[in-house]
Amino acid sequence: MRSERTVDVLVVGAGPAGLATAARLADAGEVEVLEREARAGGIPRHCHHGGFGQRTGPQYVRKLTGEAARAGARLRTSVTVTGWAGPLTLDTTSAQGLERITARAVVLATGARERPRSARLVPGSRPAGVFTTGELQQTVHLHGRSPGTRAVVIGAEPVAYSAVRTLLGAGVEIAAMITGLPRHQAAVTDAADTRLRRRVPLLTDATVAELLGRERLSGIVVRHADGRRAVIACDTVVFTGDFVPDHELARRGGVLLDPGTRGPAVDSAFRTAEPGVFAAGNLLHGAEPALYAAREGGLAAAAVLRHLEGAPWPAEQIPVRTEDPLGWVAPQRITPGGPPPPYGRFLLRTTRFLVRPHLVVHQDGRILHRQRLAHTAVPNRSFAVSGSWVGAVDPRGGTVIFTAEQRSI
Amino acid sequence: MTVTTAGELPDGTYDVVVVGAGVVGTAIARELARHPLRTAVVEAANDVGDATSKANTAILHTGFDAVPGSLESRLVREGQRRLAAYATESGIPVEPVGALLVAWDEEQRAALPALAEKAGRNGCPDARIIGADEVYRREPHLGPGALAALDVPGESIICPWTTTLSYATQAVRAGVDLHLNCRLHDVSRTPDGEGDGHSLRTSRGTVRTRYLVNAAGLHSDTVDRALGHDDFTVTPRRGQLIVFDKFARDLVRHILLPVPTALGKGVLVAPTVYGNVLLGPTAEDLDDKAATGSTAGGIAVLREKGRRIVPGLIDEEVTAVYAGLRAATEHDDFQIRAHPGQRYITVGGIRSTGLTASMAIAAYVTELLAGAGLGLGEPRDLEPVRMPNLGEAFPRPYQRAELIAADPEYGVLVCHCERVTRGEIRDALAGPVPPGSLDGLRRRTRARGGRCQGFYCGAEVRELFDERAEVQRG
Ligand SMILES: Cc1cc2nc3c(=O)[nH]c(=O)nc-3n(C[C@H](O)[C@H](O)[C@H](O)COP(=O)(O)OP(=O)(O)OC[C@H]3O[C@@H](n4cnc5c(N)ncnc54)[C@H](O)[C@@H]3O)c2cc1C
Ligand SMILES: Cc1cc2nc3c(=O)[nH]c(=O)nc-3n(C[C@H](O)[C@H](O)[C@H](O)COP(=O)(O)OP(=O)(O)OC[C@H]3O[C@@H](n4cnc5c(N)ncnc54)[C@H](O)[C@@H]3O)c2cc1C
Repeated sequence: MRSERTVDVLVVGAGPAGLATAARLADAGEVEVLEREARAGGIPRHCHHGGFGQRTGPQYVRKLTGEAARAGARLRTSVTVTGWAGPLTLDTTSAQGLERITARAVVLATGARERPRSARLVPGSRPAGVFTTGELQQTVHLHGRSPGTRAVVIGAEPVAYSAVRTLLGAGVEIAAMITGLPRHQAAVTDAADTRLRRRVPLLTDATVAELLGRERLSGIVVRHADGRRAVIACDTVVFTGDFVPDHELARRGGVLLDPGTRGPAVDSAFRTAEPGVFAAGNLLHGAEPALYAAREGGLAAAAVLRHLEGAPWPAEQIPVRTEDPLGWVAPQRITPGGPPPPYGRFLLRTTRFLVRPHLVVHQDGRILHRQRLAHTAVPNRSFAVSGSWVGAVDPRGGTVIFTAEQRSI
Repeated sequence: MTVTTAGELPDGTYDVVVVGAGVVGTAIARELARHPLRTAVVEAANDVGDATSKANTAILHTGFDAVPGSLESRLVREGQRRLAAYATESGIPVEPVGALLVAWDEEQRAALPALAEKAGRNGCPDARIIGADEVYRREPHLGPGALAALDVPGESIICPWTTTLSYATQAVRAGVDLHLNCRLHDVSRTPDGEGDGHSLRTSRGTVRTRYLVNAAGLHSDTVDRALGHDDFTVTPRRGQLIVFDKFARDLVRHILLPVPTALGKGVLVAPTVYGNVLLGPTAEDLDDKAATGSTAGGIAVLREKGRRIVPGLIDEEVTAVYAGLRAATEHDDFQIRAHPGQRYITVGGIRSTGLTASMAIAAYVTELLAGAGLGLGEPRDLEPVRMPNLGEAFPRPYQRAELIAADPEYGVLVCHCERVTRGEIRDALAGPVPPGSLDGLRRRTRARGGRCQGFYCGAEVRELFDERAEVQRG
């Protein structure tokens, strides 16, 4: 009772990455984008603030949706991809019933989400009033509901400041922001404005030790670096950042994941280890800004077109990884003779603040590249390292490793 | 069909009032519903199954390790048979995955023969000892060091939420009144001339009944004292549990039990019918009957033990952490007693097997009521129920083409992690025993219970819940 069809390209997820991919596939034949939500757009649907070029999130979604439609892609919402029935065959559920769709190329663009309280192993009771930024934004901006009256925001990276903006806009008092790191990790102006003008205190080197309250949250216990504990009264807590790619479909399809990003491991042409399966956007790295995810979608489309024209899937690839204190690198595969990484750069994350670190890239003990970063590497935000050296990688050599040399502060 | 959540309680006198709508109280209500009686359940919470019955390990025990000859051992065995059959008939997810009781050292291995022999006496003749090779063949992701195991094929996993809801649904459909948000404060004898029985003072006013059943779980001792008895004291024994992501499900095939020690049954690893893996429970004696929070220490201990049992488990994400309180007493058995002169039955101390034993407890309590003088009348068969399926071993609505063709709402997913459709949420909100909170809705549908914990669907599910509540308020 499943209807079966074939298309040329199937894109899973109509966020910025998936829509931008589809917008560049006008020459690819039949292109179908499947989106499980009732509306296309992914995360920016509920980012009711600027910062998407000159647009707000919803305005940006309209632009991307229009571009994908003009390129001739069939955009289907309220259609969920539920699993794989073959290497390039996906099963879906929608109000129209069950389908099984086979494509010549599949692009996974399923995005990333914040890890909730339970995955972070925060002990205590299980009351109402515990949010992620994603749920908070939808509650306020899509459903017009009030999240609570007095909140604590966990995290101090860019999305945490979006949560602050949404809370204040909804008339919620913010008792504090809390980060386990020694400083905020957002734009200096955002952080200063929030602390000084909006008078939201930032507690650094602090963690949430416990949630309190029965039906509704009544407070949280904060633990400071020196072991001191304090109770902050609040009825709302928002867990922000700590992104994890929404990799369910990738993993169920046996697509090799990178242990650093926990998204699919891809080469510079967004190719996963599975022939015909591409991945783009924040599925590869939680979380980059929407414009970056969209740019990746455009680049992935070019690689999809080459694949449809018969370009061979690389058999041999050199893995790329990082060493502590670096957290991850993307892309994680170098195809000998393949294209350079997007914009000629690798994206990296650090787990600690590093002041102007020396970055070293080596393979089998041989240094391929050395570079001093001109600024501080900040956790929860990516920095770029030149990929000009990829031509020098030994195609028969071992893993390429990124290290950072710098006193941590 | 009556479920009330507010306002005065009905006048007149019930034949039986059951205090507590946990799995035990609702099972009793369902059993009584077979008889031509006026029965009511009074429950302090806004939903059925909102206390210990929602927070357990969800195993349908064979009773292989019970103390032979105890009331608990008899009721667990009989309850297991009854509930296994009832579950199949009513659509309660149950999977007979079997258990392996794993010995990790010589002392534990030496304890296996006695356990096998005890299992035989407890009516599990097919329990047998298997060697390390077979253990690892059947459980390839088990950590190193297992020496042998007792294989107990009959142990099953079950959905505790659907079980309680199914009992309550059938009872209510058959005419039992369910009064929620209704806490019993105290009990007095009805004044002469108004019939022999009890006058119950509750948070929603007074209600009268001829017979009283105390199935108040953790508070069964308090209610018992209100009737003048001092037979047992409930000491809440907390069990914390960790639910691992569905990606962990392939790591575990059986219920993996430790060899029991003097301190209790120990920490197990088990699949759930929802396709997750459970690790727990701890066993901590407390004095606060409301202490259902998790602790950093508890989580750390469990992860340490889990790492040894199935090392791969710890690499997977945690979907939820919860804790339940066992109604432990100073006695080594259930505290079920008839007080015929008082027309009162105590059903207390139903500590760690109450889900399994529930239907047998209900049958036993009904007999005790008859023995205390209640005329039961002719029993009749109840209208069967068919509960919405929450189990992964059976087709879920989003997988059923014929269902979606008949009603496209079953094709629209709202909760993506748990694959819950708008049709299922609509049905649960309109059900005969509707949820009193978002958590109640989760227990009926799994919505918001997955790895994202509401990042994607939380706001929409709340909207659907609130809309319904607003419609009901008018
Ligand atoms: C709370 C939050 C706030 C953010 N705020 C900003 C901001 O202010 N500015 C900014 O630039 N960036 C922001 N980001 C980063 C954001 O992730 C990117 O803006 C961008 O949305 C990433 O695009 P994407 O297409 O990779 O993923 P997403 O936008 O997440 O889109 C993925 C899409 O795939 C769909 N999907 C997933 N699985 C399936 C399936 N099985 N079947 C069908 N469809 C599926 C999802 O429904 C979703 O629509 C924020 C991120 C979060 C989580
Ligand atoms: C960690 C843990 C693991 C377990 N694992 C298993 C297992 O795998 N298999 C198994 O079979 N069993 C298991 N159990 C045991 C099982 O959960 C219990 O035996 C069972 O839930 C007890 O049900 P109950 O109805 O007696 O109690 P409860 O579910 O606690 O219900 C009692 C009800 O009475 C209400 N109440 C109390 N006082 C009043 C009052 N004054 N007025 C009105 N209402 C009142 C409460 O609100 C509550 O809803 C486990 C228990 C725990 C804690």
